Amino acid sequence: MAELLQFVFSGLTVGAIYALVALGFTLIYNASDIINFTQGEFVMLGGMTTVFLSLAGVPLPLAALIAVIVTTAVGLALHRFAIAPARGASPVALIMITIGASIFLRGIAQIVFDKTFHSLPPLFSGGPIRFGGATILPQSLVVLAGAAVIVVVLWLFVDRTMLGKAVIATAANRLAARLIGVDTRRIVDFSFAVSAAVGAIAGILITPITLTSYDAGTLLALKGFAAAMLGGIGSALGAVVGGLLIGMIEALSAGYLSSSYKDAVAFVIILVVLVAMPQGLFGRVKVERV
Amino acid sequence: MSLRALLETRLLPAILVVAIVIILPLFFPSTYYYRIGALVFIFGLAVVGLNLLMGFAGQVSLGHAGFLGIGAYSVAIGPVYFGAPSWLCVFAGVMLSGAIAFAVGRPILRLKGHYLAIGTLGFGLLIAIVLTNEAGWTGGPDGMSVPGLTLFGWRAHGSDAWYWISGITFVGGFVLALNLMESPTGRALQAIHDSEIAALVLGIDVARKKLTVFIISAMYASVAGSFLALFNGLVTPEIAGFLRSIELVAMVVLGGMGSIFGSLVGAAVLVVLPQVLTVFHDYEQALLGLIVMVFMIFLRQGIVPSVAAVLAGWRK
Amino acid sequence: MRAMQHFTAAAAIGLCAVLGAGLPASAQIKIGSVLSYTGPASFLGDPEKKTLEMYVADINAKGGVNGKKLQLFIYDDGANPNNARTFATRLIEQDKIDAMVGGSTTGATLAMIPLFEEAKIPFISLAGAVQIIQPVRKWVFKTPHTDTMACEKIFADLKHRNLTHVALISGTGGFGKSMSAECHKVAGKAGITIVVEETYGPRDSDMTPQLTKIKNAVGVQAVVNPGFGQGPAIVTRNYRQLGIKMPLYQSHGVCSKQFIKLAGAAAEGVRLPCAALLIADKLPSNDPQKPVVVNYSREYQKKTGQAVSTFGGHAYDGLMILTGAMKRAKSADKAKVRDEIEKTKGYIGTGGIVNMSPTDHLGLDLSAFHMLEIKGGDWTLVPGT
Repeated sequence: MAELLQFVFSGLTVGAIYALVALGFTLIYNASDIINFTQGEFVMLGGMTTVFLSLAGVPLPLAALIAVIVTTAVGLALHRFAIAPARGASPVALIMITIGASIFLRGIAQIVFDKTFHSLPPLFSGGPIRFGGATILPQSLVVLAGAAVIVVVLWLFVDRTMLGKAVIATAANRLAARLIGVDTRRIVDFSFAVSAAVGAIAGILITPITLTSYDAGTLLALKGFAAAMLGGIGSALGAVVGGLLIGMIEALSAGYLSSSYKDAVAFVIILVVLVAMPQGLFGRVKVERV
Repeated sequence: MSLRALLETRLLPAILVVAIVIILPLFFPSTYYYRIGALVFIFGLAVVGLNLLMGFAGQVSLGHAGFLGIGAYSVAIGPVYFGAPSWLCVFAGVMLSGAIAFAVGRPILRLKGHYLAIGTLGFGLLIAIVLTNEAGWTGGPDGMSVPGLTLFGWRAHGSDAWYWISGITFVGGFVLALNLMESPTGRALQAIHDSEIAALVLGIDVARKKLTVFIISAMYASVAGSFLALFNGLVTPEIAGFLRSIELVAMVVLGGMGSIFGSLVGAAVLVVLPQVLTVFHDYEQALLGLIVMVFMIFLRQGIVPSVAAVLAGWRK
Repeated sequence: MRAMQHFTAAAAIGLCAVLGAGLPASAQIKIGSVLSYTGPASFLGDPEKKTLEMYVADINAKGGVNGKKLQLFIYDDGANPNNARTFATRLIEQDKIDAMVGGSTTGATLAMIPLFEEAKIPFISLAGAVQIIQPVRKWVFKTPHTDTMACEKIFADLKHRNLTHVALISGTGGFGKSMSAECHKVAGKAGITIVVEETYGPRDSDMTPQLTKIKNAVGVQAVVNPGFGQGPAIVTRNYRQLGIKMPLYQSHGVCSKQFIKLAGAAAEGVRLPCAALLIADKLPSNDPQKPVVVNYSREYQKKTGQAVSTFGGHAYDGLMILTGAMKRAKSADKAKVRDEIEKTKGYIGTGGIVNMSPTDHLGLDLSAFHMLEIKGGDWTLVPGT
């Protein structure tokens, strides 16, 4: 029993990380139909910038704040200088731009930072929490809480504020939104900025567990994208559930099947789910108008 | 025949490609260039196949390197464990890739858009994981060495030999793809790309056509993978990895989706560019990313279609 | 500021590349290097690149080798064997190098070996697997300790502590796979039984499922973790998190201060086999390696601002062995240099004391490894090893 519980805790830890990254994909997709592969680099920038600022002597909370601001600026710049000028390009071309941007950001990170691994101190010092014969790090709960808070904040934002409604309108039908006076370019700017900020916060929260380096973004983007699709792209709740599910499957596979194939099992299950439910677990069925 | 009519036949691109293959070596100062040329044709072959899938049928695949891997390991495992001659293993790889594409394609091609992307991504990753873990067959993460290709007693050895082998094969694949596009299947694919529903209404068996082109593109990639393994004398699981798949997609998009000729251009750009950028040492990656972005922003349909559009504009 | 320097350097290099094409070949000795300084092995390739650049500049400042300056050609393969082979072709056919020191990873090295063997160019590899020099190939040498040696050293220490049943938890990359295979091969002879085996991906963030299985397995007395990068640090943290009390052994892939920093308090009591370079200052003053390793550590730290790395040390040894051979051969002739490399005797390097022979193209024995234990956040030498 303790063994199963430990696997579950491991799954929650890893799943919460995927969930946070997946949320970033969802935000941008919702406002602009773009899958942003730079999301992984946003997470990396949040963690690495904080690390290097604090190595330079800046107190940790301030370093974290600056890191979020810097990453948000990078997100805005990405939209302004790379995505917006390519408006009207095919979806694949836009994805390729984000892939080019992620290579670019990784290249810059190599030069500005360094090529080795770094960590951050956890939010709560003190050992792991013991429960039922298994242990979980306090930071894992912090990451879970972070994901929950972000989902709730987003939901409130979309439900209670005008700006949130404008984002929904832009996502539903861009032309119609513009016709009723929504500045859609500002909205997409905003969604990139928020996604970058969420990514940076994710990076700062997960680094105490995952460690970080200039190329930490690639695998995180892959898993985050998978989680977002599994949950149904466009659904924040789906992103979180998708992330947690993938984390759980990986941990349980490592525990009960084979640690070498845990990633494979997760992907097989994703494929099976998608074939049975082609728009993901919580995705909206896309109505194709003829 | 008028110039315009000539430009619109299938003959011109084919002649152009043959000319390129033959004339290029005249400018090569050293064997190193033959290697680059061979790599361009090998990747170009895989890209032509992927272009049929992505550009013509409009189905995105982020796991196509998986088929590169199947082809590559076929020519590694076949001779070493089954004693089969390498050229036979190339065909075996093609058959195997086709079979796997058939099995996997049926369920996966029901997915659309980004979901298809994730489906194919998962497929590619699965292949890479199996290749990495089954060390007993595949040699594990450090891979295995590949015995060279021997055809009728002649040993294919060296960059210049492989330049000609891959060049000729590329021309073959190129012409085949052009013919496919002009055939009823090709027209059906273009109809599917424009609107699946309209194509369905017209009576086209959409699912079957998509599966056909998926299998064909898998076979192209398999040949390319086999050649790469035979040329390098070594194969590692990286050949089937996520980054390799992204590289292939980038070559398709950069060259021009839906342009067979663009496949060669895209492959050439992404093979040659890292060689050129080496002078920039630490800045190499950043520059590569920047160039990809700039290309996609300003030549968003890909190099060949954009250049063709500009030329057409001048003509007016 | 650094960016400006980089840019100027890049522009200068660009200019040199253009001009360099016109320089007569005899004016310089050309040394080629294909390293993985970007990509998943970049923390191997980066110190290697910095070390080679530093010491080539240093040697040139002191007059070069045999009166000729050294010209270094470095390319990045991103840990991709296909790229490694392309750059090896470029070095041989286009740049026309006289010798090669490089190959950060085993995969890249294996891809390049046939080319250097055929071109008859001496190749000193910086990668770990024993299969690079076993079977012995005429033109291929290497400087890093083999994974076999690491297993042997760890097993000897385990036997010494009367621990004979171990669990392996290894990274799925080439290094982890190769070392765990070697550990299986030497286990019987060392009197060790491998009871359980688990693996983890190089970028996984939580290994508690695998470690829980090990913890609950019957008969395990110690755990060995072949791997490099960040994985071992996370394994170590998880190990303490789960409260596992058995001894934990790491591999020579994490012989760096960074590992201690990342693993934190969890690293206390962990043992691993490392070269003398790591404990430069703690070596007894009569240790023959002391002057070399202290000097290299200090220089590297000064020039790069980063802590010394064993991988950089391997590059240093490779370059010194090569230039030493060139000096003894009094020429850069490839065949003569190869013969002299093979005759390297008593070379004191960062990795150990090297004595090569026609059947041993590595030249190190088990004494080149010291068993270290992490105490109080720092390395200590386990006595008698």
